[in-house]
Formats: sequence, structure tokens, C-alpha cells
Amino acid sequence: MEERIQLKVKGLVKRFGSETVLDGIDLDVHKGEVVVVLGPSGCGKSTLLRCMNGLESLSEGNIFLDGEEVSSSGKKITMLRQKIGMVFQSYDLFPHKNIMDNITLAPVKVQKRPKKDVESQAEKLLKRVGLWEKRKSYPRELSGGQKQRVAIIRALCMNPEVMLFDEVTAALDPEMVREVLDVMLELADGGMTMVIVTHEMQFARAIADRVIFLDGGNIVEDLPPEEFFTAPKTQRAKDFLQTFAYEKRRTDTN
Amino acid sequence: MRDSGINVLFLGKNFLRLLEGLGVTLRISLIAVLLSLPLGILLGMFMTLKNPVSKAISRIYLEFIRIMPQLVLLFIAYFGVTRMFGWNLSADVSAVIVFTLWGTAEMGDLVRGALISIPRHQYDSAAALGMTKVQTFIHVVVPQTMRRLIPLTINLTTRMIKTTSLVVLIGMTEVLKVGKQIIDANRFEYPTAALWIYGVIFLLYFLACWPISMLAKKLEKRWR
Repeated sequence: MEERIQLKVKGLVKRFGSETVLDGIDLDVHKGEVVVVLGPSGCGKSTLLRCMNGLESLSEGNIFLDGEEVSSSGKKITMLRQKIGMVFQSYDLFPHKNIMDNITLAPVKVQKRPKKDVESQAEKLLKRVGLWEKRKSYPRELSGGQKQRVAIIRALCMNPEVMLFDEVTAALDPEMVREVLDVMLELADGGMTMVIVTHEMQFARAIADRVIFLDGGNIVEDLPPEEFFTAPKTQRAKDFLQTFAYEKRRTDTN
Repeated sequence: MRDSGINVLFLGKNFLRLLEGLGVTLRISLIAVLLSLPLGILLGMFMTLKNPVSKAISRIYLEFIRIMPQLVLLFIAYFGVTRMFGWNLSADVSAVIVFTLWGTAEMGDLVRGALISIPRHQYDSAAALGMTKVQTFIHVVVPQTMRRLIPLTINLTTRMIKTTSLVVLIGMTEVLKVGKQIIDANRFEYPTAALWIYGVIFLLYFLACWPISMLAKKLEKRWR
């Protein structure tokens, strides 16, 4: 990863009232890098992503995209958000618009691009994930996995430089998870810079260039995936990984 | 059959007069509804502001209008205002003012409810797509709010049509009043007229409100 730094988090502190959720986070994400953020629930993973996109104001610290500061207010933030795509856990498509209109809304209204261009881009992407036939359907007619793939395409059609994924498979039925993760793997192969919060350990291992382990509002580990999953340095990370190791314990007790 | 009450309807211009009475009812209701809609939408938006002063103001307005019987409001507008300020409002104008005040309060509360029912993540995902607050409002919030509002608005319209029968009491001759006049005028010749006339009035109200309800149902189905 000799590439330039695309997203820089510097001394990020986030408090909700008296509770400190993020306590001085420093993180550089390089161009084309896939960073997976892991950690126990409530450790501030989602908050970190929301701060990166300016959806939450920062209590302290700064976030830079290509050297430009992301702040949660003002006109500049809407400019910057166009370069940072984000997909959420809840299926967040607009229920009153069909799939194609969901995808074209922001590129046409925000980026003022010609509708035709956006539609042809959407066509390519929808065909790639096998949802072209659904372009005139409404979100309620789609399964969770399909909706989530559309949400990813909707974000991609803004031509972002960075994509943030906030537990995008957490609300899905298990058999829907794969189809969404495959789309993300393909994106990563295409060189997209990505920050992913997930609970899918196998997937994290497969897709990550780097694993960040967050606990108590701090980055506790920052390792390549193989190292993190086989030889984590801290006890906290070991305990965390242990909670996912069902099979091993079962055979022990038998 | 000579003394059957139904014949009263066909005496002179009786039926036409009833229809004219219905016209008065519908005219006042529709003007009040048309004024209440935009005002109520503004009030509803005003009510969702997180400012304590605006919250207090809209709360007081809403509670006042809701607690006061519409009849009392009508009397205040028609008799009270004349006494207090010397403005001589016609019954028509007083009725429109009162029902607009009432409709605006009701509509405002409906709009507020519809606005706050839009889930938080709809705002988030619009923001994450780089949409400004105004764009989010126009393209994401308003269309979804509309779909929730239209059935409720139509319901309010039918309530308005029914409630405007109160204007009799400030001397307006609307459909119920006309009915009563016809019944009184024919009391001795047609003792059963009351049943028939009120029956017809019931039917007229039904014919005015039913298509509106059907429209609501249809829209609700289409936008489900």
C-alpha cells in the first residue's frame, strides 16, 4: 500500500452527552485499501463510520478526505458526501420510488448529471448484480438482499472515491448474506477504497487488507487479516474472536 | 298517497331549495378545506421545529381550537367580534374563518404526525447521498408524507362537511335549515314530511361524502 492517503482520521473524539464513544481515533485509509472494522457491539464502529461521512458531528479531532476536511455542517459537506458512499444496515431505499428512480435521484438532483447517463450506468451495474429485471419494482417488492444490493448500486452511481459499509448484512436472512458480500468482494477487486463494519468474520478475513479492532473507543489492534485472526496481540481481541468459535468448544465437550 | 310525506319534495321548488342548501354547506366546507390545507401544512412544519417557543405557540393554538366547541367559536366570530371590535362579519365569512381555524389545527396535527413518522434512516441515507436538507425535504420527505396524508385529509374534508351544519345557529340557511323550513311549512298537510325530508338530507350528505371516501380508499390502495 504505497498509495496516497485517501481518508484520514485524526484524534477523533465523539461524546454523546457524558459518554465517550470514540476516544482519540487515528486512522489512515489509503487509496484502494479495504479496511474492516471489528469490535464488540457498542464499541463505536458505526459511530466511526457516521463521523467519516459527517452524519455525526465530531466532539474533537478532524477527518480529511483527499486532504479536505469533512465537517458535519455547511455546504462543503454535501460536496464531500458525494465522494463518500455509504450503505446502512437498515434497507434504506426510498419506498415511494422504484428501483431505477432510487438510483438516479441523487446523481440527477445533486450532481446535475443527465438522466440518460446515470441510467446507462445503473443498467450496467444492475445487470452485473442480476437485478436489471427489477428496475421498475418498488423496494417493498424486493427481498432484503436485493434491496441491499440496490442500495450499494445507488451509492456507486454517485461515483464515490470511498465506500462505507455499516453492518450491511446484519439485518439479512442468512441465505441473503452471500449475494451482498459477493458484490462487495467484486468492488474490492475493482480497487475501491472501502471501510467495512461487519460481524461476518469469514468475510472480513477474505476481503480485508487490514483489520482494525475497536474496543472501548480506541483502536486496540491494527493488523493484516491473517495475523489478526490467527495471532491477535491483545487479550481483548482474543476474547472477541473466541466468541465466534462455536465448533471447537463443541468437539471439546464431546 | 296524497298525504305521503315524499310528495313534499316535489311541491314547488322544494327539492331545488334543498340542493341549494347543500350547496351552501359544500361551499363553506370546501373553501375552509382549501384554506386549511396550505395553512395546516405550514403549521405542521412549524410544529416539528425543535424550538421550545414555536412548540408552545402551536400547542396552545391546537389545544384552544380543540377544546373550544366549534359552536362557541362560531358565536365568538359572529357575535363576539362584532361586539368587541365593531367589525360586522357576515355569517358566511365568520363560518369560513372558524372552520379554517379548526381545519388548520387538525391538518397541522396530521402533517406533524406524518412528518415525524418518516424514519430517521431516510434522512440519513438521503444525506449520505449528498442531498441538502431542502432536496431531502422535497424529494424524500414530502412525497412520503403526502401518501400518508391524503387519506387523512380526505377524512378531514368529510368531517368538515358534516360539521358545517352548525352554521344554522348563526342564521345561515344551509341544507338542514332548508329542510326544517320545508317541514314546518307543511306540518299540517304532510305530517310525515320530517321523515322523508331528513331521509333525503341524509342521502344528500351521503352522496357528498361517499365519493370522497371512495377516492381516499383508491389512493390509499395505489400508494400502499
